[in-house]
Amino acid sequence: MSLITARKLSVRQGDKTVLQNVDFEIRKGEIVTIVGPNGSGKSTLLRTLIGAVTPESGELNRKTKLRIGYVPQKLFVDGAMPLTVRRFLDVPKRVKNSEAEAALDRTGVAHLADHPLNGLSGGQFQRVLLARAILVKPDILMLDEATQGLDQPGSAAFYQLIEELRDTLGCAVLMVSHELHVVMSASDRVICLNGHVCCEGAPDVVSAAPEYRQLFGTGTKGALALYRHDHNHDHDHVHEHDHTCDHEGAH
Amino acid sequence: MLDDFFIRALIAGVGTAITAGWLGTFVVWRRMAYFGDATAHAAVLGVALALGFQISILVGVTFTASGMAVLLWALHGRGFSVDTLLGVLSHGALAIGLLAVAMVPGPRVSLDAYLFGDILTVSKMDLAVIWCGLAVVAGVLWWRWSALVTSTVSPDLAYAAGVDPRREQLILSLLLAGVVAVSIKVVGALLITALLIIPAAAARNVARTPEMMAVIAALIGGASAIGGLHASLWFDAPAGPPIVVAAIILFALGVVLRPLFIRR
Repeated sequence: MSLITARKLSVRQGDKTVLQNVDFEIRKGEIVTIVGPNGSGKSTLLRTLIGAVTPESGELNRKTKLRIGYVPQKLFVDGAMPLTVRRFLDVPKRVKNSEAEAALDRTGVAHLADHPLNGLSGGQFQRVLLARAILVKPDILMLDEATQGLDQPGSAAFYQLIEELRDTLGCAVLMVSHELHVVMSASDRVICLNGHVCCEGAPDVVSAAPEYRQLFGTGTKGALALYRHDHNHDHDHVHEHDHTCDHEGAH
Repeated sequence: MLDDFFIRALIAGVGTAITAGWLGTFVVWRRMAYFGDATAHAAVLGVALALGFQISILVGVTFTASGMAVLLWALHGRGFSVDTLLGVLSHGALAIGLLAVAMVPGPRVSLDAYLFGDILTVSKMDLAVIWCGLAVVAGVLWWRWSALVTSTVSPDLAYAAGVDPRREQLILSLLLAGVVAVSIKVVGALLITALLIIPAAAARNVARTPEMMAVIAALIGGASAIGGLHASLWFDAPAGPPIVVAAIILFALGVVLRPLFIRR
């Protein structure tokens, strides 16, 4: 069942076209990773899908009453509002103490419940954001550069956690990453974005060389896979769009 | 009991200060201090219009204050520099209001009561209007609390949760206009921002959650109104300024006590 479907989505910001004719779909329980260089419109696409950005043209359909667990790339917590980790979990709706504890426990930050939100390290903050996102009992988890600021074992552990959550919660996962060469091996699909959809396909299909995976597989328990960004591969499963990819700097 | 002017002043002042203190937490969280100023200055223009057209002051002030609130809301995020824009609109409204009052035909009107409040002359009818207005503001604030806090923490988290932060901001702006309109008689257009900001700022020093901050801000507002009114009787001074001074004393107390409450 399709959770979100977008057709020919175009987004302008000021006089710049950020996204052009983007087709997108994510189904129940699916893990989809969007990769692309900085400024390729990944965050804008995510923010369009949650309704924070109004597309200039195109169609966007969300399943009715779709519950989104959104983990933003950055959350600027203004010191003007006093906010503990526990209270933050009550955004947008109050949750039971037992549920809050369970969520923090699951993401490994149960000891931080009474901590002020500003003053957490990057990794702790990501886990708190994730705990909040799973408390909305999401149909879909959306993570924007969730592993930014984490070291490699840290990101590997984080990806593993996401995969576990998908299995236990049964939710779809949509992730955004600017690490062009590294995506989660558990992704069902990888979409390469650079203002438009360059190509998409299964990660092990997209990354032509299995030896790269092996290289990353050791030491990260296979949670990281290498996705070689190559547009000249002509595999059956890879869906090539009729746009050209022009992000030389990204290679 | 209500026949005593001082009791009426207390009831009006405490109600206004409690509601303003509570709503003021959002003014502090969202850095809307100038927004409050602009809305209050628009109220002076409302007074002039009411005198000119011989309609009720409350109607005139409600009209201009909410007009300013909607205007600022509509212009917000449209590429205008908000700071500059607020400066232009705020002082523009004040200057035009003062000019318009001077041009109202008939005997010269003193604006002091509207600029600094005239709480000791509050009538039973005024009391009813003030408390009805405050009840509406408090009711909406209670009803929208969760959505308002969510939008304040992060507009994107609000969108993801199906809450439209633009709508919540409009609601907040209109609530602000409502408080300004009913409290102009109590503390006046120039001091209402103080009642919005100072209790909330004082509460920030000792609160650990948004709810705790709101409750403490409301209590500090109420205490300032009681203390200030008694001081005004004691010193035989106008009532508005001592209320603000009382709030500032409580703010200073909060700063001193801060290390006891906030873990660093």
